[in-house]
Order: sequence, then structure tokens, then C-alpha cells
Amino acid sequence: MIESHLPAYIALTFVLFSLLIPAFGIWRNELSQPIAVLGSGIAAALSLYGFINYLSDGAIRYYFGGWEPPIGIEFVYDGLSGFFVMVINVVAFFVLIHSHHIGKREFPGKEMPYYTLAMLMMLGFNGMILTGDLFNLYVFLEISSLSGYALLSIGNKPAPYAAFRYLIIGTFGGTLYLLGVGFLYTVTGTLNIIDMSAMLPQLFDNNAVFVALILMIVGIGVKAALFPLHGWLPDAYTYASSSSTALIAPIGTKVAAYILFRIVLWLFGIEITDAIAPLSTIIGVLAAIGILYGSIMAIAQTELKRMLAYSSVSQIGYIIMGLSLANPWGFAGALLHVLNHAVMKACLFMVSGQLRLKEGHSDISRFDDSYRKKYPWTMAAFTISAISMVGLPPLAGFFSKWYLVLGTIDNSNWLFLAVILISSLLNAVYFFRILEKVYMKNPVSGQKEASDATRDEAPWSMIIPTSVFALGLIIIGFANAVIVSVLLGIYPL
Amino acid sequence: MTLTYIPLLAILVSLVAVIPIMLSSKKPNLREFWTILAGVVKFGLVLTLLPGAIEGRSVELHLMDLAPGIPLALNADPLGVYFAIIASGLWIFTSFYSIGYVRGAGEHKQTRYFASFAICLSATIGIAFSANLVTFILFYEMLTIATYPLVIHNEKKEAIQAGRKYLAFTLTAGLLLVAASALVYHYTGSVEFTPGGLFTGLELPHTTMLVIFILFLGAVGVKAGIMPIHGWLPAAMAAPTPVSALLHAVAVVKSGVFAVIRVVGYVFGTDVLGAYGLNDILIVLAGSTIILASLIAFAQDNLKRRLAYSTVGHLSYIVLGVALLTPLGMQGGIMHIAAHATMKITLFFCAGAIYVNLHRTEISNLNGIAKVMPWTMAAFTVGSLGLAGVPPINGFFSKWYLALGSLEGDMLIPMFILIISGLLNAGYFFPIIHRAYFKKGEGLEGYGEASPLMVVPLVLTAILSILFGLFPNLFFGLFDLANSIALSLF
Repeated sequence: MIESHLPAYIALTFVLFSLLIPAFGIWRNELSQPIAVLGSGIAAALSLYGFINYLSDGAIRYYFGGWEPPIGIEFVYDGLSGFFVMVINVVAFFVLIHSHHIGKREFPGKEMPYYTLAMLMMLGFNGMILTGDLFNLYVFLEISSLSGYALLSIGNKPAPYAAFRYLIIGTFGGTLYLLGVGFLYTVTGTLNIIDMSAMLPQLFDNNAVFVALILMIVGIGVKAALFPLHGWLPDAYTYASSSSTALIAPIGTKVAAYILFRIVLWLFGIEITDAIAPLSTIIGVLAAIGILYGSIMAIAQTELKRMLAYSSVSQIGYIIMGLSLANPWGFAGALLHVLNHAVMKACLFMVSGQLRLKEGHSDISRFDDSYRKKYPWTMAAFTISAISMVGLPPLAGFFSKWYLVLGTIDNSNWLFLAVILISSLLNAVYFFRILEKVYMKNPVSGQKEASDATRDEAPWSMIIPTSVFALGLIIIGFANAVIVSVLLGIYPL
Repeated sequence: MTLTYIPLLAILVSLVAVIPIMLSSKKPNLREFWTILAGVVKFGLVLTLLPGAIEGRSVELHLMDLAPGIPLALNADPLGVYFAIIASGLWIFTSFYSIGYVRGAGEHKQTRYFASFAICLSATIGIAFSANLVTFILFYEMLTIATYPLVIHNEKKEAIQAGRKYLAFTLTAGLLLVAASALVYHYTGSVEFTPGGLFTGLELPHTTMLVIFILFLGAVGVKAGIMPIHGWLPAAMAAPTPVSALLHAVAVVKSGVFAVIRVVGYVFGTDVLGAYGLNDILIVLAGSTIILASLIAFAQDNLKRRLAYSTVGHLSYIVLGVALLTPLGMQGGIMHIAAHATMKITLFFCAGAIYVNLHRTEISNLNGIAKVMPWTMAAFTVGSLGLAGVPPINGFFSKWYLALGSLEGDMLIPMFILIISGLLNAGYFFPIIHRAYFKKGEGLEGYGEASPLMVVPLVLTAILSILFGLFPNLFFGLFDLANSIALSLF
């Protein structure tokens, strides 16, 4: 019984908890965070169960109010949406556990509105992924965006400005998407994705369809921070509260990437996408430029969060490049990278949060080898994530790279192959630079000897999530064959 | 049947030992006990695989899938066992020597040192026993990462720069290996090491094969020290001497040449490689490396750097032997893995003993030291003579087979290169011996031999070099093993 309602339950969990938090929060503000953790924990459990259920019983189409599409709105819980929902909800659950102490330090007394917004944003993300209706998707996009802007504006002094900039650019992107949906609606007369995908093959040379596709890709490209539409991201991620960044960075751009997957591979299909102009190649080239640009900019940064933000621009490029390859290996590599990058980047941003909590800054130039003694667990998690980001086996990051490499070779796309390899080296440059500082003494600056420092580790509510993720990277690495066989099964062609 | 898990255990022993090593960081004697114990157990485990390997049998183990269709698989075949015996056997000597060295030199962070060393050995044995390219990549990168803390061990500026250089070379190589393996998988549908190669029956364009081969060459050539991508090796001499001895004379660089053999014999296959004429590239590169490295070695006054360039040259002996694509050349190359290992480890041990005892690193300061360190210099002499190819030390035999191999392939130039290189070796080693024995030293009063923990291992490895030269089959039948491996590849 629960299975058939599962897609709705996942979204409704967040609706319920976004109401529960203010209700309890007004009475006892400190209850907000535990309630948010509970809510996202339930959602994570439901989505894990849902994915297992999908593997045995197949996809679920849930009609709201029993109204069948195209009249009613449906939620579609298939392999792709199930996978993304699972990834974002599990990651969010751990990040919310982690946020407890950051909240007390960075936005004391404002936990109630903060966690309410977090629940609303998660509702938006889950809705975007689960909905089978293009306009409904826009509604959820706005729900997640508006609460996202608010969350990102909590932070340093420049944070509201950065968030406002994101709001302007993001609204522009959302509007482009909506315009595209409008074009498609006038041509096909439906908003349902499955319905529309059946009609589009007859309309492959229709100019309105072509324009709609471009509008949607550009609009969602803004949200996904696809180069050159990434301008909002570094500032927004750097200045926001560490817990907001840790929550939004690993999953926000992934949800946008999900929409691109849904549009390009499911709604249009790769033939129609490339019918008038080689759009998939253009997306791929932009992704490739973004990969290199993000990596190079990351090397140039001296602030950890900003470096990670640029690294995100680069990593989202891997995912979109995998999409543009439009072959099973590229697809599996991209989706595996969605999972890997969510885990790695969440772990890294949480580590930066821990450093900010304990040291008051995350300025790379001031890192020294006392960290090794003070924060052994934090730094171990950082090291594992960093090595995974560089892509060394047996950690998870290696395998997404391996499948992407196989994908580029299948398409004989030597340029993309070279980009993936070069980017791994650039990743090594910006991560080993930090490891060098943390694990050995720098003979140039007269920094503290590690032997003077005593252990001063972050609280367990922060260590456990980062350690779980670091361990997760090892487990995903060894278990990737299982995951990838599932992902290959999702590939639509 | 019971042997199935032995390769896995042999890999895991030293990895598991890391935990007690870390936990007993406050008790050095206990910590070093774990290292020695792991070394002995590992060597014992590898030895149990030897009888099967001599009969040409392999022990295979599929653990799980690393990727769909690509298992995490181990295969202790004769070549793997051969390499594993050398690496794990010499680890025991190095462990004792390390204890003497790090205590004598008062090194810091000794726990990190011994822990990294243990991981390196796991990775090396993993490389030896990898059954396919992806498993191989896993251990190859693990070796890269685990060696890094050892290269930068003293954390001086020079060491950190050496570490960066090391990572830049080896990580790039790792990526080339990923690309090359993916291409092999794409074209052949397999990544499993197979005697005779994966490409038989495929008619691929020459350019494709050339690209794949060059990617592999870059990937394995870095660790094998083939010029012009050998640059990390002399720089890595910033590491403590036992590291140079075991890793940069045995484990890491031999993993590189081992990989060359795997690529030539088990990925491409000797027939295919010859048919496409790709081995010529390898012959030219290895030949010029041998000569150039020997010449550069002359110019080095720092003892370890001279040994490093000598290593670069001798690694290319092995590569050359493999590239000749003749059974005798292959056998000579494989034999030289063992021969060079025992001799070069002796020489590095000597360099470390001189450094710890006399704090001297430059050759021009070594006048007359044989008077105070007779055992060390005797061992040094044995190692140098062997590398120059003087019988009966074991360097002679491998060189003999390399020469036979080049004649078998109707190639005279490689043989001349070997002869010239032998002279050059003598040219850069004998002056050191001459200084030590016949020149009058200064400031040596009051010095004696280094600690027995260092002297005994280096004397033993020198004796080992002589015994191997006199009786190649005395220990573990390594000669027969090399012979049967070489024959299995043609």
C-alpha cells in the first residue's frame, strides 16, 4: 500500500515538517534542528526504500487525486528520479545533522526560519525530480529557488548581495525555462512529460520546438551553473553560512542536471535534440570548457570554500559532459558522478564548516600542520574526499572518471578524453597543495610545531557525518559495479 | 585449493600491520616488531606460492567486480611470484636496516615512515599479483600515494619540491594508464593479462596501436625511469636512504619495469608488438637511456644521485632485454630484475651507512673511508663490480643473457650498448672504490663501522649478490623461473 503512494509521501514529508518546525520552533527554538533532521531522515528512508522497491517492482506513476494525465498532475518514480531523490535526501540528512553547531554559531536564534526554509527547499528539489509535469516542475523550481536564495543570504556581510545576484540571474533562468514550456504547450497542447515525449518525434523540425529546447537548456543551465552561466555560484557559495553551502552545493546543481537529463534524453531524445543543430555537442563543449575553467580558477583561490565552489563548477561539467556523450558508459559515468560528487563535495564543505567553527576561518594560506594534531578525523575525511576528487582508485571518484573515459572513447571524442585527464591533474594540484600544508611543516613560514598542538576535534555531530561520507566513498568505490549495472539499466535508449 | 587466498593474504599482511604499527607509535621496539613480523609472514606466504610457480601454475582469485565485467582479481602467475619474492624478501633486509637508519639518523615521524613503508609493500605485491589492468591501476596508484610521504619525509624545502615533482610525474603516468587501459578495453573487450596478449586476431590500424603503445609507454615509463621521463627519480633521492634503497631501487622502479613486461608480454603480446614494429621505439629509448644515464652518472658528486642515475641506466637494461623480443633477451631482462635489486640495494645501504655514520654524502669526501668502514666498503665493491658486469657476481649472468638475446635477434647495436655501458659503469663506480681504499682520508679518527643493524643487512645482500652469481638456482630456483617465464611469452 505504501509503495503506490511513495512518491507523494516523500514530497509530503517535507511539507509536513516545514509546518512542524515553525509550530514547535516558536515554542522551543532549539527543537528546530532535530525536527528537520527527523524529517529529512524519514524522507531519506522513504527514498531508499523506494529505490529498492523500484529495483524489484519497477516504476511508479502516481496520479494526484486520481486524475489521470494529461488532465491531472502525476509524480513519476522511475529509475532516474528515484536515483536522484535517493542521493539528495540521504546527503541532506547527514548535512542537516552536521549543521547543528554551525547554526548555533553562524545564525543563533534563527534556527526556526532557517530549518523551515531548508525543508521547503528540499520539498522543491524533490518535487522537481518527481513531477511528471513540466509546469509543475517550474512551480517546484521556484519553491526551491526562493528558499535557496533566502538560505544563501544568511552568512557573511556580502552574502545578501551574492544571494540577490543569484536571485536575479536565477529568476531569469527560471523565466527562460517557463517560456520554453509555454512554446511546447502551444505546439503540443500538453504539459505531461510522457505525453509530450510521444508527440515530439513528429515535430522534430518544428522551429518552436527547437527554440523551446534552447530556452529550456539555457534556463536550466543557469541553475546547473553550466559554463558560462556559472557566474552566480562562487560568490553565493563562499559567503553563505557553511551549513547552507554544505546543503545546497552538493545537491542544488545536481537537481538542475537532473532536469537536463530528463529534457534531453527522455522528453526530446537525443535525435530530436540534435535534429536542427548539434546541441548535445555544444553542451558538451561548454561542459569541457567549464571543467578546465573551474579547475584553473580553483587553483587560483586562497579560500577553501571559494576553491570548492569553483571546483563544483568544474565537477558539474563532468556530469553534463557525460550527458552530452549520449551513450551508456557516459550516462552511467555521469550518474555515478552525481552520487560521488554529492558525497565528496558535501564532505569537503562540511570540513570547511568544521574549520570555520574551530579556527574561525577557512583561509588556505593560514593552514598549518597543527591541524593534523588538532583535527585528526576532520583531516582524514578531507584527505579521503580530496583523493577521491583527484580520482585515484579504489575511491569512488576514480570510477566515475573511468566510465566517463570509456564513454568518450566510445564516441571517439579524444578532446573530451584529454579534458577529463587534464582536469584530474589540476584537481591534484589544488588538493595536494592543502594536504602538503596540513600534513607537513612548511619551512618558509614560522608556523606552530604540530607537537605543541593538542587534539581539539570538532563535535561528534560533525565528525560522524564527515566520517560516514569518507567511508561511503570507499564503499561506493568497491560497490560501484553493482551501482553502475543498475544505472546502465536506467539508460533510456 | 588452499592456496587460493594466499596471494590476497600476502597483500593484506602489511596493510593490516599498519594498524598495530600506528597504535604502538609510542613504543618503537614493539612497532618495529610488527614491521619485521609482517615482512617475515609476507615472505613466507609468497614462498608457498613458489613450487607452483616453478611448475608454471598460477593461483587465481576473483574477489568481486570492480566494474561491470572487470573483476578485482589476483593471479599469482610465475612472473608475479618472481617479482613478489624479490620485493618481499628484500623488505625484510630493509626493515632491519631501516631501524638502524632512522634511529641512527634521529629521524622524526618514524611511525608515519614505517606505516607508509608497509603500505608500499602491500601495493607492490598487489602489482605483482594483479590479474588485470584495472586491478593493476588500483595498486599502482596506491604505490604512488604511499610513497609520497616517504619522499617528503624530512619535510625540508628540497624534499617537498621533490615530492611535488614525484606526484606530477607519477599522477600523470597514472592518468595515461587509465586512458590506455580504457582504449584496450574498448578495442579488445578485455583488460585481463593474458600471455600472448589481447590483440591477437584484431586488425587494428597502425596509428591506433601506436597511440595505445605510447600511452602505455608514458604510463609505465615514468616508474621504469625511461628517459626523458625519468626526472622524478634523481629528485626523489631527497628521501631517507632506506626508501631509496627499497623503493627507488627495488619496489617502485621495478614495478615500472614489471609493468613493461606485463604490457609487452601480456597486453600486446610479443608477436603483435613485433608485427607492428613497436618494440623498435622501446629499443631506441632504452638504448639511449642506458648510455645517457651512465654518462650523467659520471657528473654526479653526490653519491645517492650517482646511484640514482645508475639505477635509471640499469632499469633500461631490463626494458631493452624485454624489447628485443627474443626468449633469451626476455630471460636476461627478468634475471636483471633480481640481479640489479640485490646489488643496488647493497649500494644504497652503503650510502646510507656512510651518511648516518660519517654524515658524508659527496663522493669527493669519501677518501680513505674503507679504513674505518671496511665491511661497508667491501659490500660496496661487490655491488659495483656486479653492476659493471664482472663475473661471478650476479650482474654478469643477466648481462650475458641480454647479450645472447640481442645476438639471437640479429641485433648487434644493443650488444655494443651493453658492452659500452659496462665500461661506463666501471668508469663511474671504480673511482669511488679507489678513493675509499687508496686515498688518504681526513677527519676519520674515532669513527668505526655503522650500527650492526645497518652493516649486517648490507653485508648479507652483498653475499646474496655473489651467491646468486655463482649458483643462480640456489635460492628458490629463480633462474629456472625466469627461463620458464621467458619461454611462456613466445
